[in-house]
Amino acid sequence: MAYQFDWSIIWSEPYFRWLIIGLIKTIEIGLLSWIIALPLGIGIGTLRSLPNKACRAIGAIYVEFFRNIPLLVQLFFWYYAIPPLLGTRISRLPNLEWYCAIFGLGIYTASRVAEHVRSGFNSVPIGQRFAALSTGLSQFQMFRYVIIPYGFRIMIPPLTTEFLTIFKNSALAMTIGILELSGISWRINEYTFHGFEATTAAIGGYLIIGLTIIFLMGQLEKRLRVPGLMRRE
Amino acid sequence: MVDVSVIIENIDLLWGGLLMTFKLFIVALAGGLPLGIFLGLGRLSSRKWIYYPVSAYVHFIRNVPLLMLIFWIYFSLPILTGGLVEPFYAAVVSFIIFEATYFGEIIRAGYQSVSKGTIQAAYSTGLNYWQMARYILIPIALRRVVPSMITQSIVLFQDTSLAYVIGLHEFVRMASLIDNRVIRPLELYGFVAIVFLVICSIGSQIVKRLETKEGERK
Repeated sequence: MAYQFDWSIIWSEPYFRWLIIGLIKTIEIGLLSWIIALPLGIGIGTLRSLPNKACRAIGAIYVEFFRNIPLLVQLFFWYYAIPPLLGTRISRLPNLEWYCAIFGLGIYTASRVAEHVRSGFNSVPIGQRFAALSTGLSQFQMFRYVIIPYGFRIMIPPLTTEFLTIFKNSALAMTIGILELSGISWRINEYTFHGFEATTAAIGGYLIIGLTIIFLMGQLEKRLRVPGLMRRE
Repeated sequence: MVDVSVIIENIDLLWGGLLMTFKLFIVALAGGLPLGIFLGLGRLSSRKWIYYPVSAYVHFIRNVPLLMLIFWIYFSLPILTGGLVEPFYAAVVSFIIFEATYFGEIIRAGYQSVSKGTIQAAYSTGLNYWQMARYILIPIALRRVVPSMITQSIVLFQDTSLAYVIGLHEFVRMASLIDNRVIRPLELYGFVAIVFLVICSIGSQIVKRLETKEGERK
């Protein structure tokens, strides 16, 4: 039997509305988990760049732990395994999957952000550190006035990639029952058996998110560029 | 509170799932690496009719969530073949298509990391193109590429868990099937997490070793 394409599915009600709602949910999950991931990741990445050994070890363990377990398993763990341990007040919370997805995606992405932050700080030439210290700046002042202003600009391109990745990874939220863009496309398949059209539409949604971010971050990079720093090689 | 007996009682099922995960990983790697090499070479090509289509392919795939790609392949393979397609094949095709773009970019970066001066120096000693590639370019590029390749393979190993969504009986799906029956999420998902953690940590330690070695060589 030949497959009958029916692209009108995408535009017909209620599926079009579903797709839009899914797209909005994907954006919400991505942004909210980024709010967790960015500060936490910067904190942990900074820990890993400090001279103190204990700080570095804590940062390293965090990163190793979260990067070496699949995100899917982490989400299952936060959603299925942890709430029953916290009593019925937590495990019966409405929209529990929503909080778990954002929390899980956030702290997972933090480990990836931390790696970019660390390598950003490391890419500030060591001579700059010596020069800063030799002018009489303290450790803290060196970080505040030399390493952070340089390092953060170097980090912008990899962090942009990470920001893109968080929206792509948010697709995993469907596995704990959230109807975001990918979950919606699966649901439309269940109703219409036109999974190919539905997933194609969802892929289009992800591409729109991706292209928008690439454009916006390109503008930001242009404004923050340190003359001569990014292109030297 | 933690009851390990659920793991011991179901160890056969879990082991079967883990074997499926490994099988998927090996097949995807065996397909993804060669395709990745072609893509990497295509991205380095000076011929526009090769460079642009390959680049478009790479950028497209890298902007799509892997999970969506798996769905998409899962729905489009039956249209192409006109029959039912087993989840395993849909997963294999998805992983090959997806991971090859990452392997390709690693290869491209490795090639570009060899400085022009090195290549010119090789030519000036009288080597021809193939000798230069054989004795200078490939050995240097390969050494730089191997750590990233292993890292990407670790990522691929973790990504295989996504085959869960199309019902493949891999490691995570097995744990979840057992969990549906016995309701022991803490032990089951904890066990799955620990197994992944151990395997992937060993991999990332190997990468660290290689990178320090490479650092000493410089």
